Amino acid sequence: MSSSFLTPSIGPQDHVYGNENAVIELVEYGDYQCPYCGRAYPIIKNIQEQLGSALRFGFRNFPLSKVHPNAFDAAVAAEAAALQGKFWEMHDIIFENQHSLELGNIVQLARSIGLNTDRFKEDLQLPAVIGKVKSDFESGVRSGVNRTPSFFINGNLYTGDWQGVVLLEYLKNQLPHRLNGQL
Amino acid sequence: MLTTGIAAPDFELYQTPDSRLRLSNLRGKNVILAFYPADWSPVCGDQMSLYNEMETFFTRQQAQLIGISVDSRWSHAAYSEQHGFYFPLLADFEPKGAVSKLYDAFDESTGECRRALYVIDGDGIIRWSYLSPIGINPGADGILTALETIHTNNQP
Repeated sequence: MSSSFLTPSIGPQDHVYGNENAVIELVEYGDYQCPYCGRAYPIIKNIQEQLGSALRFGFRNFPLSKVHPNAFDAAVAAEAAALQGKFWEMHDIIFENQHSLELGNIVQLARSIGLNTDRFKEDLQLPAVIGKVKSDFESGVRSGVNRTPSFFINGNLYTGDWQGVVLLEYLKNQLPHRLNGQL
Repeated sequence: MLTTGIAAPDFELYQTPDSRLRLSNLRGKNVILAFYPADWSPVCGDQMSLYNEMETFFTRQQAQLIGISVDSRWSHAAYSEQHGFYFPLLADFEPKGAVSKLYDAFDESTGECRRALYVIDGDGIIRWSYLSPIGINPGADGILTALETIHTNNQP
């Protein structure tokens, strides 16, 4: 709904990249097999580069399992990688290979970023890891996620366009003047 | 939109090419009526596809989800089969939009349903409604909150 707010707000259970005191917090609910999320991936990378320490970026899982059969397992894989301290490396490489997300390929991706693959394969089965993906999804439902990707800016659901530089420009306009001048 | 607290108007529509569904036959369950403009919207932001992922959340609240548009039962059958929907899509096709009009959910200018949501309780009473702008998928948070309110109020 139009007044939707990120629920719960970002906490210790979340994966957040960037300055923890950033003036802008951008949170994505994404699906690793969703082509739109794939398209958003380099756009977000660019936003992170452009905004630097003014931004922190969080990612929560919102796999549309019935539309994208590998989405849930891919989300579990990124959470399993987090147990070896490599969430963002896995998040990135999955999006860079989103057309081949069968289990065999996922394990190869894990190996390529230097994960211990024996441990990784075991961690894929952990109830806590699977539960993390499910609770992300539920929080998305609560927060009013209505498409993938959905973005929240400082807790508020962003309903505008995100393609090209539209989201970047929107975020720049949220910055205090003194910061905007420095970018 | 109809006001809350009144009995939901009864109706019967095709839910498959050869069977019909009557609202009053669902007494005892909560019912979510989701009027939407048309079958075959792009998938990643599509309201029916999103709700299809929420089966566990709705079932937990003893709620039956029903999609309604003015598309024909044949279009619904194909759309539903392609997306693997777990819930029925009702064809408000002939006379066109009759049920949508009954629920103030018909857009005369386009001849399609508006994006209207109703939550009806097990006694057939409208407990919550919401009209979303036509281009905006309303998500499911409002529905879930309404269902939880019904559940809480029904506790002894």
